[in-house]
Amino acid sequence: MPMPRSTPSLSKKLAISVTVNGGEVRREVEPRLLLLHFLRDELGLTGTHCGCETSICGACTVFLDGRAVKSCTLLAAQADRRQITTIEGLAAPAHQPGSSGKLHPVQEGFWECHGLQCGFCTPGMIISAAQLLERAPNPSEEEIRRGLEGNLCRCTGYQHIVEAVRYAARKLGGG
Amino acid sequence: MAKTAGKKSVTRTGKASAKAPRRARQSAAKAAPPASQRVDFFKLVPKPRFVGKPVKRKEDVRLITGAGHYVDDLRLADMLHVEILRSPHAHARIVSMEVEEARKASGVVGVFAYKEISSLCGDVPLAHPGIPDLKVPHHPVLADGEVNFVGEPAAAVVAESRYAARDAVDLIRVEYEPLPAVVDPEKALAPDAPKVHKELADNLSFSWEVKGGDLDEAFKKADRIIQQRVRSQRLIPCALETRGVIAQYLTGEEQLTVWTSTQIPHILRTQLSGMLKLPESKVRVVAPEVGGGFGSKLNVYAEEGLLSALARLVAPRPVKWIETRRENMAATTHGRDQIGELSIAACADGTVLGVKHDCIADIGAYHQLFTAIIPTLTGLMLAGSYRFPAARTTLKGVFTNKMPTDAYRGAGRPEATFIIERIMDLVAAEFNLDPVEVRRKNFARKFPFSTPTGLAYDTGDYEKALNQALKLADYQGRRARQAKARDEGRLVGIGLSTYVEICSMGPSKGMAAGGWESATVRVSPTGSVEVLTGTCAHGQGQETVFAQITADVLGIEMDQVKVQRGDTGNVPWGVGTFGSRATAVGGTAVFEAARRVLEKMKKVAAAALGASAAQAARVQIKNGKFWAGKKSLSFAEVAFQAHRGLVIPEGETPGLEATYFFEPGNFTFPFGAHICQVEVDRDTGEVSIQGYWAVDDCGKPMNPLLIDGQVHGGIAQGLGQALYEEAVYDESGQLLTGTLMDYAVPKATHMPWLHCERTETPTDVNPLGVKGVGEAGTIGSTPAIVNAVIDALRPLGIKHLDMPLRPEKVWRAIKKAAAAP
Amino acid sequence: MIPVAFDYHRPRTLEEAVDILRQYGDEAKVLAGGHSLIPALKLRLAAPKVVVDISRLPGLSEVRRSGSGLSIGAGVTHHQLMVDPLIAKLCPLIARTAPEIGDVQVRNLGTLVGSICHADPAADWPAPLLALEAQVVIVGPEGERTLHINEFIEGMLTTRLAGHEIVREVVIPRAYPASCAYKKIRQSASGFAIAGVAVQLEKKNRKCSSIAIGVTGVAQRAFRARLIEKSLQGAELDEKTIAQAARQVTEEVNDFLSDLHASAAYRAALAQVLVQRAVLAALAA
Repeated sequence: MPMPRSTPSLSKKLAISVTVNGGEVRREVEPRLLLLHFLRDELGLTGTHCGCETSICGACTVFLDGRAVKSCTLLAAQADRRQITTIEGLAAPAHQPGSSGKLHPVQEGFWECHGLQCGFCTPGMIISAAQLLERAPNPSEEEIRRGLEGNLCRCTGYQHIVEAVRYAARKLGGG
Repeated sequence: MAKTAGKKSVTRTGKASAKAPRRARQSAAKAAPPASQRVDFFKLVPKPRFVGKPVKRKEDVRLITGAGHYVDDLRLADMLHVEILRSPHAHARIVSMEVEEARKASGVVGVFAYKEISSLCGDVPLAHPGIPDLKVPHHPVLADGEVNFVGEPAAAVVAESRYAARDAVDLIRVEYEPLPAVVDPEKALAPDAPKVHKELADNLSFSWEVKGGDLDEAFKKADRIIQQRVRSQRLIPCALETRGVIAQYLTGEEQLTVWTSTQIPHILRTQLSGMLKLPESKVRVVAPEVGGGFGSKLNVYAEEGLLSALARLVAPRPVKWIETRRENMAATTHGRDQIGELSIAACADGTVLGVKHDCIADIGAYHQLFTAIIPTLTGLMLAGSYRFPAARTTLKGVFTNKMPTDAYRGAGRPEATFIIERIMDLVAAEFNLDPVEVRRKNFARKFPFSTPTGLAYDTGDYEKALNQALKLADYQGRRARQAKARDEGRLVGIGLSTYVEICSMGPSKGMAAGGWESATVRVSPTGSVEVLTGTCAHGQGQETVFAQITADVLGIEMDQVKVQRGDTGNVPWGVGTFGSRATAVGGTAVFEAARRVLEKMKKVAAAALGASAAQAARVQIKNGKFWAGKKSLSFAEVAFQAHRGLVIPEGETPGLEATYFFEPGNFTFPFGAHICQVEVDRDTGEVSIQGYWAVDDCGKPMNPLLIDGQVHGGIAQGLGQALYEEAVYDESGQLLTGTLMDYAVPKATHMPWLHCERTETPTDVNPLGVKGVGEAGTIGSTPAIVNAVIDALRPLGIKHLDMPLRPEKVWRAIKKAAAAP
Repeated sequence: MIPVAFDYHRPRTLEEAVDILRQYGDEAKVLAGGHSLIPALKLRLAAPKVVVDISRLPGLSEVRRSGSGLSIGAGVTHHQLMVDPLIAKLCPLIARTAPEIGDVQVRNLGTLVGSICHADPAADWPAPLLALEAQVVIVGPEGERTLHINEFIEGMLTTRLAGHEIVREVVIPRAYPASCAYKKIRQSASGFAIAGVAVQLEKKNRKCSSIAIGVTGVAQRAFRARLIEKSLQGAELDEKTIAQAARQVTEEVNDFLSDLHASAAYRAALAQVLVQRAVLAALAA
């Protein structure tokens, strides 16, 4: 089967306006630009990672209007006029009055419980864990594992990640 | 170390000698230096503040905030992007390649095939395993008229953006003439089999053998000879971060810099120097943050040579290539893939007298760095934890039209342990004995223990680990409950594995590319400590562990220590991280270097404090200060004095730095006992794990939190092999499991809770007492799980099943057993 | 990883969307949750000239009452179906199926309508939708038409949706009781159904007054297990009767799928087992 020819010069660029980690950004993008690439290459937010191209691994997970989503399976265009929070935006910004750049309790849990080894899956895993705790503040082990089904980790065997989530649940007052 | 020979870049280490195993035997015979000559860590630091404690990792803060930099996170000015056209055929001749349209496409800077880069870059090298008559085919970095596996690189597009490069790849027109693909390694050895490489006589790359003891005697004396065929299936390592390379060549400075996701920056530097005919001094390799490796990044890849060559062509612009997952699954080294025919000489009381193992290793289309060596490790470890008097492995490495195999967590030892632990259960089943008792009967008990394959196990107490695991798992209670469950018709199984493995790679005589490790500890004038290690962590945590060791030796805080790794531009020498060696070998080098810095600091302190000879001989560190008599100086003050040069102690020079190369006298041999309980669903064949207990012994623990992490992660990969994973090629050599949609890397929902404990049997091979633990979990777990499933199916008369024990396979076995008369 | 270039439209009304489709026909693809389309674009299995984003069209992302049943708009996500109170009350089978789909991230964005338009034979939704006699409401340049879900899904990855049409909503014709269940065996890598069975039944005393069984994952397209239903309709449902009836699953279709992950024989066996388990679970619910 002959490969389809890509003629990007013929497709019109789109003007999008996205709020990322609390700040508005406006850019002109190719329609086919994936949200993941927009965040990483256009905005330099390289904390969100790419681990596959079939939407399985979850390394690219970010928050879109408060929902954990796989940014590799979204066009940047779909984020127009929406709010994105990436791993870089999870800790309280250091410049905010009254904050100290404090880590989100999930981040803290991952640190305390050795919930990461190589760190590549970690940003996406943290976002998914944060979503899980928002929806189930006192999750069982099974709920935690199901909540992380969309995030692969090849290093940890997941056990310390489960403990990290439990730690964060306690910190957030639910556990 | 590297020596290139024409097109076939073959690396020879030291003298080209007969056999790796002979080297291993020689090195093993040499015992560790006598205790009196060596300073042990726990003698030097009897009450460590950090070592042995579950210290949180230093590397985590940047990683949990997304602030680390993996290769794809590095953005260099003027960077160009590379996409690779790869072969869709398992075996084909390239009739023609038409690149004009691709060249003219928007954003494209160039399109390159073999002829454009062959003068710049030689073949992909291998570390010679010392196997005589090894057949090594021409392995170019871009296909030279022929492709030999699906995914083999055939051309490269360089463009201004990744999107433009990707589009242009689709515009390259290649005419292939498909050739017969060789996919079955046993059929590949048939006399009429099509050849993978036309320049070779056949598909046999090598034959090798290791044997010891009197096999004839063993087989004569045995009460029964048990035959069994076993398979360790082909696996795909699937590190979460795929590979990636950035290369830049600065013509004026004649300097090549390569950023790559690698486990072995120094070895790679040496090899790239050979491939590209650039002096090593002009090559710098940098491993940034590396997102997992598991052996798949313990290599020298075509793409690393290719990107370096492209960098020269487009100098000074950097070129970047980032592997997609599909590329990773097709064209990054695969693991395992051995077929073993076993003949076991056993006695009715459960004693095993000897094992014959005829092994066929499906090595794929080419040699990568350690392709031939990996299956030899299986032969070396064939005795396992047991005193089999005789053992023999004959090994054939066979070419097929698939991706080459190489190291993957365990690298040859999981295959051995799988064989041996299945043997234990087969013997138990044959004579209706308790599998625990069969193991006890055969355990090696006196150390150092010499195996018939020529290894000397350092220390061990296999019975202790077993007993602790049995207790942890409430084994007797479980067997009783299993009996009840069986009465109810439920298929409940309990499996165990008592393993030993060889790691802390290793004595240089036994290693194809050197086995020492180096460390430099340097203290700045203001007391800031840097540790430069030749290891290359990719998740293991040495940035923390080495800081623990250094801080304890020097009596300072961990925050004062910065551990650096991965950049050949600042770490002078190294071998790398693989074979569970980083802490055992690399940590020892750090310890030795830190100790020497300490000794010098004591002398400087004494000199600076004007201490008497008697006081100088007894300088102590207490609360971060160096004390001579009643006077003291802070760590920083001593450091300053060392650099200031006013009070240089007798026999010393200014400065404060030590480099140590640790050459281990032996491998180390961690061991353990894993127990697993499963229940098999009769109707669907699904296996559910009801419990998992592991007792592992990795010698003295440096950081128990990290050890647990390694064991958990190792078990997850072992479980993946036992139940879910297999790299499948069809008869035409197409990789059917080419994405994560079809290759089942275990998810959080697939893992049971792991109950883990440790025993502590220090090794005498290194002054830390560390045995290494990175691969032990993987090695121990696979057989425990498989043995559990087969135990569950025992009432149906099922004796053996090969992995992965996917539901349909189990279901079919149950049906077949039910239908049998 | 990188799609072939295309143009992107975000129409403000459904009519506008239909108009764009009329212009481009098969060269346009509709984007709602994107979790069937975007993976196909990234693998270059699909290379449309135009992508039409309907995800923000007003009114499409709602679950609302429709007659005595419910309407599920084209933009409604799997997650919404897990938590929506109307669904929980009027159509619990949908609420019980939704958590089985994909993973959290997929459920946050992927849509039921998008899924059935893609018509993957291993997708979950066709099984319960068949059991619930769902209707698919389609809009096109000529107006509106409605197809029963069984008519809508034609075969493997094919539907009767024309290139210039858009599905606006799926309608569940009435309310259903809680005696329902969805049981699934997952392919361990992708999470798709190697076999999935949805059961919606109604019982009177111990007898089954009506039963609908939707089976997915095992054939070219999902199907109703009519023979099994017939055997169980009006019968007293005990394990023996159910097991007996379930054996007929091999006669329901003659093209059980066979692939890398499961043979036809195994899929048939799983279907049989899951029918039993789903019926028992529906009874107990």
